[in-house]
Amino acid sequence: MDTVLEEFLEQFTDPVLLTGLAQVAVAAVLAALVVGLSHLRGLTLERELAVALVRGLVQIVAMGSIVGVLLTVDFVWSGVILLGMMIGATWISKNRGEGLPGVVRVSFVAIVFGSGLVIVTMTLAGAIEATVRNLVPVGSMIIANAMQINSLALDRFKSEIASNRAEIEAGLALGAPPTAVISRHVETGVQASLIPVIDSLKSLGWVWIPGIMAGMILAGENPIYAALYQFVIMAMIFAAGGLTSMTSSLLIGKYVFTDAEQLRDVETDSSS
Amino acid sequence: MTPTPKLETRNLGRVVDGDRLLEDVSVSIPESTVLVVVGPSGAGKSSFLRLLNRLDEPTEGTVLLEGEDYRNLPPRDLRKRVGLVPQDPALVPGTVFENVARGPLLRDESIDETHLPELLERLGLTGYEDRDVEELSGGEKQRVAIARTLLNDPDVLLLDEPTSHLDSKAEERVEALLVDLIRELDLTVVMVTHDEDQARRIGDHVLILRDDRVDRVGPVEEVLA
Repeated sequence: MDTVLEEFLEQFTDPVLLTGLAQVAVAAVLAALVVGLSHLRGLTLERELAVALVRGLVQIVAMGSIVGVLLTVDFVWSGVILLGMMIGATWISKNRGEGLPGVVRVSFVAIVFGSGLVIVTMTLAGAIEATVRNLVPVGSMIIANAMQINSLALDRFKSEIASNRAEIEAGLALGAPPTAVISRHVETGVQASLIPVIDSLKSLGWVWIPGIMAGMILAGENPIYAALYQFVIMAMIFAAGGLTSMTSSLLIGKYVFTDAEQLRDVETDSSS
Repeated sequence: MTPTPKLETRNLGRVVDGDRLLEDVSVSIPESTVLVVVGPSGAGKSSFLRLLNRLDEPTEGTVLLEGEDYRNLPPRDLRKRVGLVPQDPALVPGTVFENVARGPLLRDESIDETHLPELLERLGLTGYEDRDVEELSGGEKQRVAIARTLLNDPDVLLLDEPTSHLDSKAEERVEALLVDLIRELDLTVVMVTHDEDQARRIGDHVLILRDDRVDRVGPVEEVLA
């Protein structure tokens, strides 16, 4: 236990942290510029942006410290850590779908299924090394992207329901099954949620060089292997996101109807 | 012995989050009759119609279809038998054919190839099958919505202000079509309208709703004299 504590405290005395803090200061200036511009343009996003930036910094540093400790614990703890991340992702994603019935259950099942299946499969296939050092950071990337895609799907689905209520109820009034009436809107939600990741895949390599590949090259790895591994990561993100989005859209499509196949009220005035 | 009404409501009411939308409505609709529902805006007319199609759930009382509590029927079967034409035609992007056949298409059923052209002809839509619904006038859209519901061959037809969004010429045409349809197909109809003259022209019986409750109910010639 003393060794774990010592290793944890050692992280804070590493001289590289001073360099990191200086880099954070420069990045913070640029981020503050966006907050300022948001205020000037009356976007009323400055509070949300500022909170998101500070929260992001605190969370990522806390996570970095925890990862430092976790590198010393047994591999089986990876599952507990990743499950904790999935619960956190559910909580954040649920805000985007606020007003949709059953949104917490749906988000949790979708994120656990989508990201869990990909993490387990790729670990068994050897693409993710079965160590805490690999599983936690790669798993967290997959979970975070699944969360974003789930949020986009729920957000779009919610607005689809709100703006097409008359059409959906006209279909129900004809004696049609709710799943058939709503399928067009479910598809729209899934498609909209996957646009960012599809665009990322399309632009991979020629518009942007993603973080993992850049990091591996900087660390001296073979650039072609770095590129291949980056593609693996992107494909995992796409697979987990697609599975999450399809699962949540299918499940939420059932929750929005009562047992008597009536469309429930969907509150649309909430935001994150 | 009095024949069983085609449709009957017993103390029908609905309260949502403490807001009363309808209270204690009891009315019988015999077969092949037209009940018109009139009353000021917000009196509960559309709420009443939505309850008859079970798009909303009654919180008080119930509805009987040919003597049977409609909550015992599968909702899809009920909605095929008690067809609703909503105030907003709510057509989906596509052709007239796709919209008129929307019921069987959504239910993954085959389309009756004699019934559909016959309906289109009755509603003056022959030759419109491949037209994009975006190109249609308000009256034409309403006729598509009526055909869409009638393709299910319902026992009871519910009409929610079918002419309220139309100009006077289109209103006249749709109303004349409805009168012909009701007579020729011997339909049992519940129609909401804000126009008492229209109620006199079309209805056999009238239900006047006021403040979410029954104000008066009876034969048109007595109640709207």
